[in-house]
Amino acid sequence: MSETLVIKNYSRYAGLEPLVVRPDTNFINVGERTNVTGSKKFARLIRENKYEEALSVARQQVENGAQILDVNMDDALLDGVKAMTTFLNLLQSEPDIAKIPVMIDSSKFEIIEAGLKCVQGKCIVNSISLKEGEEKFIQHALTCQAYGAAVIVMAFDEHGQADTKTRKIEICQRAYNILTEQVGFDPQDIIFDPNIFAIATGIEEHNNYAVDFIEATREIKQRMPLAKVSGGVSNVSFSFRGNDHVREAIHSVFLLHAIKAGMDMGIVNAGQLVVYDEIELQLRELCENVILNRNNDNNEATESLIAFAETVKAKGKVEVKDKAWRNNSVEERLKHALINGITDYIDADTEEARSKYFKPLEVIEGPLMAGMNVVGDLFGAGKMFLPQVVKSARVMKKSVAYLTPFIEEEKRLNPLALQGGAAKILLATVKGDVHDIGKNIVGVVLGCNGYDIIDLGVMVSADKILDTAQKEHVDIIGLSGLITPSLDEMVHIAHEMKRRNMSQPLLIGGATTSRMHTAVKIAPQYNNGVVHVLDASRSVTVAGSLLSKDQRQNFLNGVAGEYIKLKEQFDNKKTAKQYISYADAAANALNIEWQNSNTLAPTFTETKVFEDFPLAELRSYIDWKPFFIAWEMHGNFPEILSDQIIGKEATKLYNDANALLDQLVAEKWLTAKGVIGFWEAARVAADSVEVLTKTSRIRLEFLRQQVKKASSQPNLSLADFIAPAKKGIKDFIGAFAVTIDGIEPHIKRFGQQHDDYNKIMLQALADRLAEAFAECLHQRVRKEYWGYAKGEELSNEELIKEQYAGIRPAPGYPACPDHSEKYKLFSLLNATENTGIQLTESLAMYPAASVCGWYFSHAQSQYFGVGKIGEDQLDDYAKRKGWNKEEASRWLRPLLD
Amino acid sequence: MNIRAALEKRILVIDGAMGTMIQRYKLSEADYRGERFANWQSDVKGNNDLLCLTKPAVIEAIHKEYLAAGADIIETNTFNAQRVSLADYHMEALAYEINLAAARIARKAADAFTAENPWKPRFVAGAIGPMNKTLSLSPDVNNPGYRAISFDEVADAYYEQVTALVDGGVDVLLIETIFDTLNAKAAIYAIKKYFALHNDQKKEIMISGTITDASGRTLSGQTLEAFYTSVMHAKPLSIGLNCALGAKEMRGHIEELSQLASCYVSAYPNAGLPNAMGEYDEQPHETAHFLEDWANEGFVNIVGGCCGTTPDHIRHIAVNVQNIKPRKMPLLETVLEDQL
Repeated sequence: MSETLVIKNYSRYAGLEPLVVRPDTNFINVGERTNVTGSKKFARLIRENKYEEALSVARQQVENGAQILDVNMDDALLDGVKAMTTFLNLLQSEPDIAKIPVMIDSSKFEIIEAGLKCVQGKCIVNSISLKEGEEKFIQHALTCQAYGAAVIVMAFDEHGQADTKTRKIEICQRAYNILTEQVGFDPQDIIFDPNIFAIATGIEEHNNYAVDFIEATREIKQRMPLAKVSGGVSNVSFSFRGNDHVREAIHSVFLLHAIKAGMDMGIVNAGQLVVYDEIELQLRELCENVILNRNNDNNEATESLIAFAETVKAKGKVEVKDKAWRNNSVEERLKHALINGITDYIDADTEEARSKYFKPLEVIEGPLMAGMNVVGDLFGAGKMFLPQVVKSARVMKKSVAYLTPFIEEEKRLNPLALQGGAAKILLATVKGDVHDIGKNIVGVVLGCNGYDIIDLGVMVSADKILDTAQKEHVDIIGLSGLITPSLDEMVHIAHEMKRRNMSQPLLIGGATTSRMHTAVKIAPQYNNGVVHVLDASRSVTVAGSLLSKDQRQNFLNGVAGEYIKLKEQFDNKKTAKQYISYADAAANALNIEWQNSNTLAPTFTETKVFEDFPLAELRSYIDWKPFFIAWEMHGNFPEILSDQIIGKEATKLYNDANALLDQLVAEKWLTAKGVIGFWEAARVAADSVEVLTKTSRIRLEFLRQQVKKASSQPNLSLADFIAPAKKGIKDFIGAFAVTIDGIEPHIKRFGQQHDDYNKIMLQALADRLAEAFAECLHQRVRKEYWGYAKGEELSNEELIKEQYAGIRPAPGYPACPDHSEKYKLFSLLNATENTGIQLTESLAMYPAASVCGWYFSHAQSQYFGVGKIGEDQLDDYAKRKGWNKEEASRWLRPLLD
Repeated sequence: MNIRAALEKRILVIDGAMGTMIQRYKLSEADYRGERFANWQSDVKGNNDLLCLTKPAVIEAIHKEYLAAGADIIETNTFNAQRVSLADYHMEALAYEINLAAARIARKAADAFTAENPWKPRFVAGAIGPMNKTLSLSPDVNNPGYRAISFDEVADAYYEQVTALVDGGVDVLLIETIFDTLNAKAAIYAIKKYFALHNDQKKEIMISGTITDASGRTLSGQTLEAFYTSVMHAKPLSIGLNCALGAKEMRGHIEELSQLASCYVSAYPNAGLPNAMGEYDEQPHETAHFLEDWANEGFVNIVGGCCGTTPDHIRHIAVNVQNIKPRKMPLLETVLEDQL
């Protein structure tokens, strides 16, 4: 910036948006209808406490072009302070009104001050004056200054209101000097109101009032160029009240001259200004004469205008408000009302929608939710901001309120359709956090959707949240937080929910929360559903899914699956700082106290081949859940078969699968081939296990977790589960490879028949059978061939949940991620010869329906993921494998950063 | 040298996050309580401002770290230390005492550094936070006209805080992290009232708002220019932005403000946006590069850091901006152009 910036001393006011009065700014319209002294309708609404409707008067002013909103509550029957406070507070929640600055209008300063306490923007006080002397004037000015308001100074002093040009100028100049010299007011924050009085009253002294105002304005603006001039325009035509046509013409003509003289703003009925050029010529001419006090000796001009006025029937003018949207479909209208927060037509539109839709609930789930989704999207994109969203929610609530009796009626008539009362949702901002605006929005939006919201507020302890949830039997718990430490508190609460054996799903929301954090840190703490909710509009669909018996499980499964993926992604992306050196990791191995008693020799060593294992026997070992997942049907088995939504289709699929199984077993389409083997083995280095076969020693290489663990948690490697050589304890390792052979000709046949259904079915079943075979053999190994768990009695479900001793990890999977160790496994088992399984060059097994793995028998052996490893382990592993580093990096790529 | 004189010469550096630094001490509930509040009725962990009474050495040490890193202005540890927010801990009666202690701790630390190097005077800003209750928004969305607190209650709470901060010897009063302009206006009202009654103790006012999201508005819905317009009656030493956004997201807003402001401009962004874990991981040199760019563009007079920034960030910022000329104070027109 080479040049010094020059800040212009323009007058600046502000609502939610700024209003800057620049030299090229046109006349500023101050909306006058929110004035109990000037608008009967507004006065009635305020008196009857119909503030919401009164707001629509304000909105109408804005829509009609008001740039500042004058608010006046001076009515003897009103508590002015209370009315001003109530109305302005309410108005702040209407962004399309609150965007413009407020002019706080009262003859009582206490009402003005009450108003100043409600508005965040820079207001204009209307007005202060020298009426009660300088001292009072200065005191009021100082108060306005302390609230940061601009002031209108009325041309009024100890002697009364100024009516002549000279008096007007004199008083304004005096006030200006006091304000700028004694109070320290910026001149651009001063607005003068040199009093517009009624003309054409029949009293001759009044005839020059308009001229006095216009000429005083001209002089004031010359003497005090930074100050502004305003006035109450409708006063001028007061004698023609009841004849809007003439009044509007007078206003337009008056303004034309006053603005030319320097008038900056005026209090007008923003919807009722005619364009000067559109006034019929005769009327315009008559107005000119009256305003400029021309040809007006003996009230001639006045009489002429009065005579003309009597010929004009007061034609009511049609409002010009943009109502084009009213012509759209009811769905579009509801959407428009929601996005724009307009409640004026909501009952009628809701009724129309109700009669159009089959059930009242469908109005909520259909057009209303569609509208709210748009609101959510706009909010997310920064195209709507907070107060608008709250407003949209209110429209929603109104609509729902309209529908509620109909919904209740339907419930009464058909109690089975909608059982029980409204679902309860508990919301709280967690301990240590005070931010709750977002949570409140969620509360409203959910409340709109008919849920019973229990909002515990902010800084709520875990105990209070959970005690309340249990006492009130809530259906969902929603936590919110904005600051960072809240995240830990949410983790804590999830943990507590598990400890308390709670079952409600937990929703997580708030600015600092994220799907990733929820997936990585919170979800693992609690099993019964943790869902991150991006925003309020989305909370509705989430709550809906969770509370729908049909969808709940599916939904939670979906979320859980997604979070597991996210967690994996995250675990794989962790930065180096959370890792320890390979040496430290090796030193932190699982420390098993090896004794002869906890190793057991298998019943044989070397291999045992199963050339044709009975398929019928494998059927009972099938884990059906992945089968349904393969068909993109998510749910637990067998519950999925009775699922309300997909149950029918799931059952059909299951029946078809079993029919095909019947056939392929009966007709012996497939052959289950397998091989297992056991060998003496010893851990000979941190992550190396030597296997002793009849003919050779084969060294297996494993990888070790390097992620920094909590104290007392080991850095695991599969090698830890084999007794070290030096202990002098004889330990063993096993291996297996199984396959389902013979699928090809049938696949080919189905392909030729264009029967993709059975083709995919057969592939899916072959996979399941291979897994079942592995499960079945593992069980036999535990109970019989190795025999370390002879007494084991587990159901298929328990098998699926791996509730047995010992593991069967596969090379290439998380516990031993190096696929290339499969070569050694195949070599030990002579697997290709014994089963026909081929290893592709990338070490995939063919046929695809094949499974292989190691057997570890020690009771402390467990599944785990190696996760990321460091450069140091990579180097060491390369050395052990006889690879160069490049080769090692290629094989272990997913483990490297 | 007063702060205005210093600002004429160079870009001043304000310190970084207090909360982030306190977290590093991993203080326990017992640490927060100290002996004095051992039997306090409610948990007080998280009441960071209380540490001015129970762990003054920690607060002083953090101030010193920032001063050593090159901060010209340090903020008192009083972000929530007015009676309304303290009521969360039933500690409203301690508001004066906490602010007084906080100001004294910061004063002592700053004066020690000034004494060591009088050519680089250090200043203490009394931090006045946004409060946990807001005047423009209803906490009950079903009743948008409702307010949880009145303007007078807010102004009274700030008045007490201001009194204590001034009694404790701060150089300037910093109204910061403003997300509801009406709360800030209540603070300005309180300050004006205090100085009207204590004319001899007048201090400069710094104002720093918070733009919270993509809409470019404050949480209470005002645009940046509307916010500026609504607080300028404070006749502040500086106006600026802090918190909520990282430097990257704040740049456009600071540029806009630098074109508007008739006073000095301050900016102390967060260390980027929080990552998925809620941690700030923008590195010190990264933050410093952003602020250096702003300084070169002539946007700023005061720079520093908010959430997630550390003495290391401040050190980098101080080094990067030390030789860059500050934003020139704009000229104020006194009459309309066409009158000249």
